[in-house]
Amino acid sequence: MAEEKVVKMAVTALKEGTVIDHVPAGQVFKVVDVMNLYEYKKALRIGMYLDSKTYGKKDILKIEDRYLTQDEANMIALIAPNATINIIKDWKVAKKIQVSVPDVVTGLRCGNPRCITRYDKIKTVFSVLDKKTLKVRCHYCEHVFGKEEVI
Amino acid sequence: MAKKDVISIRDFSKKEIEDMLKLAEKIDSMAEEKRLKLLAGKKLATLFFEPSTRTRLSFESAMQGLGGSVIGFADANTSSTQKGESLKDTVRTVEKYCDVIAMRHSLEGAARAAAESVSIPVINGGDGANQHPTQTFLDMYTILKLKKKIDGLVIGFAGDLKFGRTVHSLALALSHFNVKLYFISPDSLKMPQEFLDEIKERGTNYIETENLAETIPELDILYATRIQKERFYDLAEYERVRGFYRINKKLMESAKPELKVMHPLPRIDEIDYELDNTPYAVYFEQLANGIPVRQALLCRVLGVL
Repeated sequence: MAEEKVVKMAVTALKEGTVIDHVPAGQVFKVVDVMNLYEYKKALRIGMYLDSKTYGKKDILKIEDRYLTQDEANMIALIAPNATINIIKDWKVAKKIQVSVPDVVTGLRCGNPRCITRYDKIKTVFSVLDKKTLKVRCHYCEHVFGKEEVI
Repeated sequence: MAKKDVISIRDFSKKEIEDMLKLAEKIDSMAEEKRLKLLAGKKLATLFFEPSTRTRLSFESAMQGLGGSVIGFADANTSSTQKGESLKDTVRTVEKYCDVIAMRHSLEGAARAAAESVSIPVINGGDGANQHPTQTFLDMYTILKLKKKIDGLVIGFAGDLKFGRTVHSLALALSHFNVKLYFISPDSLKMPQEFLDEIKERGTNYIETENLAETIPELDILYATRIQKERFYDLAEYERVRGFYRINKKLMESAKPELKVMHPLPRIDEIDYELDNTPYAVYFEQLANGIPVRQALLCRVLGVL
């Protein structure tokens, strides 16, 4: 419970939106990046290197007035496989979304500079080869990448 | 149900590979008169955004040998790509003029992206350093034709194993069978780990080495490749590794008499001309096999045979 208190103090609560908690420390901007939130014109509340009982340190992201879908949550799974995602409505947790590494992920940037997806407007698709090491293969150029190369 | 497209050897199971090779054999031995009726009235568009001699001409010859006709371009500079048209729009346009597309593109994944944009079949004639499945089928067909089997063979790949897409695809196709593979290359042109992992997962034994001379006596097939200048970012590195090996009569002194030397061509100086008239050299025969194999693929994707 001590952890909860620290979080509340560090990053103020949301009335409506999504809270993504237990993002690995220092990785929160990758979540912002994958979800393309740089252009989001509403409040993002970000906490970095907060104390966490379970993980030592963690990041947290609160997105005002936006409710994550299961697909979006799964995208985050590559960066933050242990994330806790809560949908907040009227200050309360209305829904919890379980993060699980999907078989297929979309929308990440292919790490191969010669991949067609880097030139034409094509939505990227990766099949997850190994859910533990998070190795993925690009559906188009067929290159295999570690998660750090596509995130 | 037949596959709509031929994009990557990864899309084909062992049985599908074997079926395709059987179909190529059937077409190879078919009377010309009968063959000429197979795709009569059908049109193939060859879209070669990247230059090619063998693959494009082989596709065109294959189609004409089936009674079909051919349209297309051999250079991206003569297409609307030069005006900034996207690949998707180019193939959607071409789709209206033909029944099947064969294409080569310098970007990896281009053929898959094209295939997803159109409803007619697309055959990949090479996408960057990624895949070249029709070459793989003709290589497999050549091995089968020469050795009457694939299981039990010892096959060595020499040269540019890092960028050589023909090597990657053929090694993957062979790993469906009970073969032993040697990967012979300088350290900087080694087979990428991801392919080695995939081959290993299928239970195929392989050995990596830099020494071609010591490996030669083991081999039933030597698959030589060109060190591809166009794949190097660093030309100084290219100069360091070109001429890493030279296959000549002297090297063959320790070879099994029935060793066959294959090469996807073009060659630069990795195989001496003096080898051409020996029983080892099969690269021109290999080249010729591109016709029945591409005919089989064209017939299959168009639902004929």
